[in-house]
Amino acid sequence: MTRTALELRGVTKNFGKSEIIRGVDLKIHEHEHHVIIGPNGAGKSTLFNLISGRLNVSGGTIELFGKRIHNLPPHQVNRKGLSRSFQVTNLFQNMTVMQNLRCSLLWSEGHGYAFWKTVLGQRDVTERAQSLMERLNLQHRADTPASLLTYAEQRALEIGATIASGAKVILLDEPTAGMSRSEADDVVALIQRMAGECTLILVEHDLGVVFELADRISVLVYGEIIATGKPEEVRANAAVQEAYLGTEVH
Amino acid sequence: MSIASDEKLSTTPVSAKGIPVPASNRLIALWPWFAMIIIALIAPLVFTSGQSINMLNHMGIAIIFALSYNMLLGNTGLLSFGHAVYYGLGGYVAMHMLRVMNDTGLAVPIELLPLAGAFGGLGFGILFGAVSTRRAGVVFAMITLGIGALIHSSSLMFTDFFGGEAGLFGNRVDVTSMLGVNYGDSQHVYYLILAWVFIAILAIYLLRKTPLGWMANAVRDNPERAQFVGYNPQMVRFIQFSLSAFFAGLAGGLFIIADEIISAEAVSAQVSGQVLLASYLGGIGFFLGPVFGAILVTFLASFLSSVTDAWVLYFGLMFIGVVMFAPQGLFGILHQQSSAIRDGHWRGSTLARIYLLLTMLLSVFGLVCVVELSYHYFRSWDPSAPFDLMGFTVNATTAMPWIASFAILVIGIALLTAHARPMLRRRTGANPDQGEH
Repeated sequence: MTRTALELRGVTKNFGKSEIIRGVDLKIHEHEHHVIIGPNGAGKSTLFNLISGRLNVSGGTIELFGKRIHNLPPHQVNRKGLSRSFQVTNLFQNMTVMQNLRCSLLWSEGHGYAFWKTVLGQRDVTERAQSLMERLNLQHRADTPASLLTYAEQRALEIGATIASGAKVILLDEPTAGMSRSEADDVVALIQRMAGECTLILVEHDLGVVFELADRISVLVYGEIIATGKPEEVRANAAVQEAYLGTEVH
Repeated sequence: MSIASDEKLSTTPVSAKGIPVPASNRLIALWPWFAMIIIALIAPLVFTSGQSINMLNHMGIAIIFALSYNMLLGNTGLLSFGHAVYYGLGGYVAMHMLRVMNDTGLAVPIELLPLAGAFGGLGFGILFGAVSTRRAGVVFAMITLGIGALIHSSSLMFTDFFGGEAGLFGNRVDVTSMLGVNYGDSQHVYYLILAWVFIAILAIYLLRKTPLGWMANAVRDNPERAQFVGYNPQMVRFIQFSLSAFFAGLAGGLFIIADEIISAEAVSAQVSGQVLLASYLGGIGFFLGPVFGAILVTFLASFLSSVTDAWVLYFGLMFIGVVMFAPQGLFGILHQQSSAIRDGHWRGSTLARIYLLLTMLLSVFGLVCVVELSYHYFRSWDPSAPFDLMGFTVNATTAMPWIASFAILVIGIALLTAHARPMLRRRTGANPDQGEH
């Protein structure tokens, strides 16, 4: 039996009177690749925001390897071993690729708020950033500001930096949003190459990507999880077909 | 703005790609620093009058103060309206220290007195920074404004500390010196200040290279992402703010040695405004920008005020002009033009650029004439008395000088906007100087 990486119990979230998340229970196993799907407005991004500390929960608990993380500020959730990417690209736009990678490694390499040593003098950070850049195929872009990268490169940088920042649990919010088929395939390959031992949780619309990556799938509809299971089980689930997949699956 | 532009002046011998940079190129890239050091060293030998050395001293102090201010504004994106608090309070702490040294003969060397100011600034920076850096943006700006007003008004309440309206005096000569120097001579004071200026510039420069310095940039650009790589933006702002207050206090401590007097004016909104002005005029996106701005503003404050009564007005106009037309600052313009020359963008457009500069100067000339005429007309006892305007003796109650001044101004602006700028744009294609950094 594998360990539980992330556990949500009875998580709810209200914005005023409207209930967006209505009691979510979810167990993610360690090393698992778990995809959350659901129609627009089901609360997938809200759920990610609750897990990553961007929003506070209205009720319920979230535990990361048995430690409470709900209602902690994002930087503390991150330090406990959870990292995330965003639907909209979220990088340090003025910094180069190399600088972005260095920044995402500084804390996990233990440099904290140090003001008595230079960043460029830290060989551990430099070496990890270099090898990361090679694995992301961005060596030729090392000194290019993030804002001048192509969209696909920006996504690769963000996803790569998120996965490789040393966190054990990674949330990826629609990593292939706005991409062509071939770009999406590249991102899937990138994720599979980078993920390694990490526990991955994804929100994804592209069903091709979903069935390619997922060990298990959860279906979120109107703030509730109506089914969780292996891809083929979910595909066969009548309630899921009715609520979400409709005629898309044959 | 980016870290990338700083790395041109980096002291690290290896570029990000790992290709070693030839040592000679690195030395050439450092030329502004060498030029600065040489000019600073010989300046008091060239300008020997007491007044000029006094001004040079104040330039050095203003440089440290402006650099400390830019640790907030340029590096961390924090707009403070109350930075004089840490400069002034640091100065007061140093002054009390100096008075104790005068009264009791305490054998602390005068050379280290600025450190008392620095740690005073740090202490107050930690105290008030804990309150003000919890939020960035408008909230931060408002809190700094409030703290500034609070400290300035409390100077009337705590007269023991602030010395009331007369301020406090000390004596820089009647103390021990670890170098055996008598600081009665203001040239000696200059070199002491210069030594501290070099130390402060180097320290503030190196701070930008540290994890804290990088994350200050990161928090400025994208505080949310900074959180998701493990950093607490509040903590980054707080540490950066405290260190900035440290250097502001250092500047305050040097001010005590230079002037031997301090009054509540040192913590006033006017001083806070002036450091903002100096940093912005120079260019907050460049490390040397505030240095440039501090030198310029100190010089103009002392030079312009001796030439014209309207000098504060000119400051205001200059600030508006830079904010509107050159947000990269004056140093930014210099940097842009010099890199444009290097990249060959000046080829075929040199005359157009000089023409643009001339129309600009013509507009400024016309504007100065109008301002001086108005000042004379509305503010002097006898407006009809002839006075000297740009070398001409004119009577402000007659129409001629007004017509001429307005004509110069209008022609200058018309040529500038309708002819010179479009011409340069045509010559250079899509304005290559824009969009750098």
